Amino acid sequence: MLNTLLPILLFAALGLAVLGALRRVNMWRRGRASKVDLLGGLLAMPKRYMVDLHHVVARDKYIANTHVATALGFVLSALLAILVHGFGLQNRILGYALLLASVLMFVGATFVYLRRRNPPSRLSKGPWMRLPKSLMAFSVSFFLVTLPVAGILPADFGGWLLAALLSVGVLWGVSEMFFGMTWGGPMKHAFAGALHLAWHRRAERFGGGRSTGLKPLDLSDKTAPLGVEKPKDFTWNQLLGFDACVQCGKCEAACPAFAAGQPLNPKKLIQDMVVGLAGGTDAKFAGSPYPGKAIGEHSGNPHQPIVNGLVDAETLWSCTTCRACVEECPMMIEHVDAIVDMRRHLTLEKGATPNKGAEVLENLIATDNPGGFAPGGRLNWAADLNLPLLSDKSSVDVLFWVGDGAFDMRNQRTLRAFVKVLKAAKVDFAVLGLEERDSGDVARRLGDEATFQLLATRNIQTLAKYSFKRIVTCDPHSFHVLKNEYGAFNGNYRVQHHSTFMAELIGEGALNLGQHKGNSVTYHDPCYLGRYNGEYEAPREVLRALGIEVKEMQRSGFRSRCCGGGGGAPITDIPGKQRIPDMRMDDIRETGAELVAVGCPQCTAMLEGVVEPRPLIKDIAELVADALLDEASPAKAPIKREPAEVH
Amino acid sequence: MTTNVISLVSIGAHPTSGRPRRAEQDARAVELGLQMAGDKLQVLHAGNIAEPTLRSYLGMGLPQLHVLEQPEGADALPVLSDYLREAGAQVVLTGSQAETGEGSGMLPFLLAEQLGWPLVVGLAQVESIEGGVAHVLQALPRGQRRRLKVRLPFLATVDNAAPKPRQSAYGPAQRGELAAHEVEVEADELFTGAVLQPAKPRPTRLKVIKAKSGADRMKAATAKASGGGGQVLKGVSAEEGAQAILKLLIEEGVVR
Repeated sequence: MLNTLLPILLFAALGLAVLGALRRVNMWRRGRASKVDLLGGLLAMPKRYMVDLHHVVARDKYIANTHVATALGFVLSALLAILVHGFGLQNRILGYALLLASVLMFVGATFVYLRRRNPPSRLSKGPWMRLPKSLMAFSVSFFLVTLPVAGILPADFGGWLLAALLSVGVLWGVSEMFFGMTWGGPMKHAFAGALHLAWHRRAERFGGGRSTGLKPLDLSDKTAPLGVEKPKDFTWNQLLGFDACVQCGKCEAACPAFAAGQPLNPKKLIQDMVVGLAGGTDAKFAGSPYPGKAIGEHSGNPHQPIVNGLVDAETLWSCTTCRACVEECPMMIEHVDAIVDMRRHLTLEKGATPNKGAEVLENLIATDNPGGFAPGGRLNWAADLNLPLLSDKSSVDVLFWVGDGAFDMRNQRTLRAFVKVLKAAKVDFAVLGLEERDSGDVARRLGDEATFQLLATRNIQTLAKYSFKRIVTCDPHSFHVLKNEYGAFNGNYRVQHHSTFMAELIGEGALNLGQHKGNSVTYHDPCYLGRYNGEYEAPREVLRALGIEVKEMQRSGFRSRCCGGGGGAPITDIPGKQRIPDMRMDDIRETGAELVAVGCPQCTAMLEGVVEPRPLIKDIAELVADALLDEASPAKAPIKREPAEVH
Repeated sequence: MTTNVISLVSIGAHPTSGRPRRAEQDARAVELGLQMAGDKLQVLHAGNIAEPTLRSYLGMGLPQLHVLEQPEGADALPVLSDYLREAGAQVVLTGSQAETGEGSGMLPFLLAEQLGWPLVVGLAQVESIEGGVAHVLQALPRGQRRRLKVRLPFLATVDNAAPKPRQSAYGPAQRGELAAHEVEVEADELFTGAVLQPAKPRPTRLKVIKAKSGADRMKAATAKASGGGGQVLKGVSAEEGAQAILKLLIEEGVVR
């Protein structure tokens, strides 16, 4: 009986799966066009899956091994089951292979089950709790029905009762694994995820690359929407990306806004986008809600505005664009792109940037700095430093990009310290002075692409007048924008963060450095230097050169927690239960360090805003300047240390 | 029936950079107009239609902005009053003082005089408009408000007590239409004939803080202005009133 029933079950489930897949593909196709290499992507997909994606998953060894066993076991068993039971190739070798595959899958499924026995809060429950059982049903049923094929048991073993039981098991298994895959069950992640990897909007991320700059809006195209209002305004491969989410909640665990009790949960946001692309309500969502917002009150569909239907505006404005969620996502979903796309619509079409947003954007347009300070005062911090101007020299080795910190008294100390270092190393440098404008970082993260492009094109015009070998800046935000986002407007430069540059100077022996005196030190990785640009080592190298042994925080390097200052978050200022910098300061206190070294004006401002008593906050440039020894060093002389005398 | 509201706008200048921008008070006049009339609000500018800053008013969600085309140095007064009379305006809102040009703050007064309409200075809120009469709140110093009854049509200036203007968005600013109107150009003789020179900063009175305690300072900051010798004349004849005013002017040395 099973010999007739199994092929029917298998092919019915597969047929339904194909129908579901077509339906799902049509949902994605509601999105806007996107330039993607369709065939090349598909060909590159297996490698992307097995190398790039595995890299991310392998940070959690338990689930990586579990997933390898389950997924490999499933793919093999499914293929073999179709051959053996679908097409009736009752070959003994194939039978043994299928037995082996289903055992492998069963072992994986057992570990999935163990993880699910007492799941951490970041994991979604609901249908996901059913998945390990479905996996077991699939593997066990196929194991048993294959035993006769391998010749281990007689064909009619167990009689009618067992046959009926097994066919129920197979039905359960193939419903979840084939049919559920394309009709929105938990297994959807395998189908959508594979295609998402093939047609990812940032193909540069694969093969060890990095792609973090926001994609520009074409403002000259009057028919293109300004940002995303409705789910169908996303590009189709963004919609596909949302569908790939496995709801593992790694993003939720990493999100500083979620931890601070602000109404954002990256996982829920992606699931809401899935609700938007398919239509419906969020009532079925079985994970943590947006803090302070009940589940089941929001709904949407592809043709309905997202904000204030599906998602509240506060949710979008809570994001600090720190990219912790993107870094953690094993599916390589681009949360930040989606958030900025929706912010663009709010700012460019609705004029609804909250709190100080409108004022900051107006200031950027009228004064080229977010604070609305008189542009003529941009160089006041260096009135006594006699800084060489690029307009006087017109050609120089290093262009020192000062940034808007020039107007902030705290950051002026950093800038002056860095100038001291530059002078001590006899670097041939100059500043743009009054010709410099805001890089456009804040405007862009607040969704004001128009103001960003205005500032960017003007800065690029200014820079085109001069010749310089590289740009060095103390501000990771300017660094990121100049390095990664000006390229789209034909501004291609070699840009370095001051920590990288100082590490180079120290390596060349251009600085005569003493040792850092006193207190123990930890280092806070700025998001826009670390996760955005992969620079984790240079700042630590500089600190080591000062004789500092960095007491690392638990969350450091690519897992560094945001200070709360990125993405215009201090400007939109969405209330939560606690402040992000306070949480970061707790991380710092945990190390017992008395001083935290930073490399970003935003981080400095946010961390110094934490009430005392707390560790001191110093920029790396300040630490280097403090350790400079007065006498001029002979060029390229290695640092000499006096042997200590013992009496 | 909706009221026919027209807001007058000019080109502003940012206080620190001096670059053209949406004038702060004029934007408030537009905001108040939008709250009163919504889509029906007409916004009017006399000047150069090619000025890109005009679009920042459109960015507040206006479908259209009417421009009476004039070169620099032309007198806005006659063209505006002609337009307002013909357009059948019932409420005209302006800022108190322009941020560029002459910036004398005289335009609303002269306009009201020419049109023969009442003028409300420092309008904070329009409470209701019924049967050709508006109930409005006028802003007075120290956060005080005075309720006034004005017959339509009237002219009103707004200052910082009026609602904060909404954000100007790029999309609507690009899509909005600038409607040009050709008008007869009259030179502003005061403006073109006279020489402009930078204003000398006025000597400021030294601030002597007499308050000894925080409570005193709070009182000084919040207490009503006490004029002292003020006198309210009620139900007196015009002659008697004029006498009282003249007497005060002689006492104060204004009239000798």
